Amino acid sequence: MAQSDTVLLDVKGLVKHFPVRKGAFRRVKAAVRAVDGIDLFIREGETLGLVGESGCGKTTAGRSILRLVEPTKGEILFRSRRMAGTAGGVKEVDVVKASRGEMKALRRDMQIIFQDPYSSLNPRMTVGGIVGEPLLVHGMARGEERKKRVADVLGAVGLKPEHMKRYPHEFSGGQRQRIGIARALVLDPQLVVCDEPVSALDVSIQAQVLNLLEDLQREFGLTYLFVAHNLSVVKHISNRVAVMYLGRIVELASTERLFADPKHPYTEALVSAVPVPDPDYSVDRIILQGDVPSPVSPPPGCHFHPRCRYAVDVCSKDAPVYRDLGNEHFVACHRADDLHLQPIHDRTTGQTGGPAA
Amino acid sequence: MSGLFRYALQRLVLTVPMILILLTVIFLILRVLPGDPVSAMLGGRPVPPEVLQSYRVKMGVDKPIPAQYVTYIGGVFRGDFGSSMRTSTPVLRELFSRFPATIELAIFGLLVAGILGFSTGIIAATRADRPIDHGIRIFHIASFAMPLFWLGLMFQVFFAVKLGWLPVAGRLGGDVAFTFQPVTGFYVLDAIIRWDGRSLADIVLHLILPALTLGVAMTGLLGRMSRASMLEVLGQDYVTTARAKGLRERLVVTRHALRNALIPIITVFGLELAVLMGGAVLTETVFSWPGIASYLMRSINARDYTAIQGSVVFIALFISVINLIVDLLYSVVDPRVRY
Repeated sequence: MAQSDTVLLDVKGLVKHFPVRKGAFRRVKAAVRAVDGIDLFIREGETLGLVGESGCGKTTAGRSILRLVEPTKGEILFRSRRMAGTAGGVKEVDVVKASRGEMKALRRDMQIIFQDPYSSLNPRMTVGGIVGEPLLVHGMARGEERKKRVADVLGAVGLKPEHMKRYPHEFSGGQRQRIGIARALVLDPQLVVCDEPVSALDVSIQAQVLNLLEDLQREFGLTYLFVAHNLSVVKHISNRVAVMYLGRIVELASTERLFADPKHPYTEALVSAVPVPDPDYSVDRIILQGDVPSPVSPPPGCHFHPRCRYAVDVCSKDAPVYRDLGNEHFVACHRADDLHLQPIHDRTTGQTGGPAA
Repeated sequence: MSGLFRYALQRLVLTVPMILILLTVIFLILRVLPGDPVSAMLGGRPVPPEVLQSYRVKMGVDKPIPAQYVTYIGGVFRGDFGSSMRTSTPVLRELFSRFPATIELAIFGLLVAGILGFSTGIIAATRADRPIDHGIRIFHIASFAMPLFWLGLMFQVFFAVKLGWLPVAGRLGGDVAFTFQPVTGFYVLDAIIRWDGRSLADIVLHLILPALTLGVAMTGLLGRMSRASMLEVLGQDYVTTARAKGLRERLVVTRHALRNALIPIITVFGLELAVLMGGAVLTETVFSWPGIASYLMRSINARDYTAIQGSVVFIALFISVINLIVDLLYSVVDPRVRY
């Protein structure tokens, strides 16, 4: 993958709270802290995985970055090639503050692939209409030229030009996801947020779609924010991985480091839950106690402390600082320095990989 | 298209047994009910039994019920719905002459209901849980719950009597009634054909209150359905997809959401037609509207068997044809439906 050192997207202190309205007058009584201050950056051409349990806010984070849900607070800096005006130049835009016109221009650069290929395609539009509409909206191509562009992008995702006249319900799940991918790519975006793009598909189809995403990344120089809950998938496709828990990022590191040397107890538990395709391996799975607390009233201090087996007094009092341990290994844990956590089982050696640090 | 044609034909053929069953049931109910056309006509005045009998013979209700049934059904199959027992005019001719009035009222009532229900439903859905949504929902429930005849009476009291803006009842004002010459029986259309502006204005003024009464009464169900259907569609990923494409919000709602929300709404629209015919009975009565429904109403009061049977079959046929059209519309609206 053609990675560069240029940071394409820099998210700082992103917050998304959903108001909870109650009572006869529907006053705002509380807030669901779906995303509660996250920092991350993505380099051009890389894939950043974003993992976490259901309801941890990863999908909201992905959609907030595209402003498909309006962020409450924070900065989302994006280096747009198109908005620079001059060839080869770039313009850094804060997505949160972008005007309507700027936002429309940004839609060409930032796209999304949805989880459910059944609900993400308008059942009343033909495939040609679905994939070709963005070209019309942005005035990029019309008539024969538009048809050709649609045919090209359908070809790129492994579909045929004659599929243009058909409707989504005539396709299988995997094919529909390909249509969704074609739709996202037709604008030639820089960044694509993949919102659990394979979790609704059969396992055999998952591999196909993942490989397709990798091929397309190479071909078009795409940058991915890959949201998922399946660690094996994320491990396979990502250069770096961010782990989210209850609206915050608890750990972020390169994929190898994160799996070989997790620094956060929550990451350790997640990593231990990855199934190992080795019949001789006796599973030493860390079972977390209790449920994910409500994001309306998260526990004080470290959000994870009620379920953490290493928790000490300070964990329930102060929120841990999200800091860089060196080598861009970010973690938010009071005990990151003195804990030695269990890495992922390495099936090639039959042993657990030793801590790198 | 041939599949569509075959489907339509199948449905039409199926209406024949439906009509037959309906006729039989209506026929039997009418004979079981107390009273007959003769006693209804005489209104309880003392009449010698011979006179009574002579009237019964004249109306054909002296024969045993099975014999009456066979005679009647036999006539129906030859296209003869008999003559009214009250007025002696052929039922079919009467129905055809009144049919345009009912259809005209129905079309404008549906228009009111469609515009009002659809737009309020969409406004409510796109502004869900805001004050305007609450207001619209109260209006929907009120419209659904309000007795139609009462609503019609209130409209008359307010707009016709108090304010004097609109005529109280009827299809034509006194002066116009003398000069206006119908062509098709659809007065609005006729006035346009005759290029008669004065009559057109009068006809439209007469139409407003009954159409509004019928329309407002049907708005509730349609509006609530529109809101629910629209809300569901707005939550779908493909609506977010449309936003991600960079479409303006208005286009997201009209081009992507609305077309999908339309599918269940059309079903309700078709079902509302049955409600409409029930509503037409009340509306036509309140506004002295010379349509089929008021004819049916008068026939029931007179125990005019043949007229009642004819009207019911006519209305049933009308509803089933409309529902067939609605079913065929699905394939236009939803590409997933194929016949």
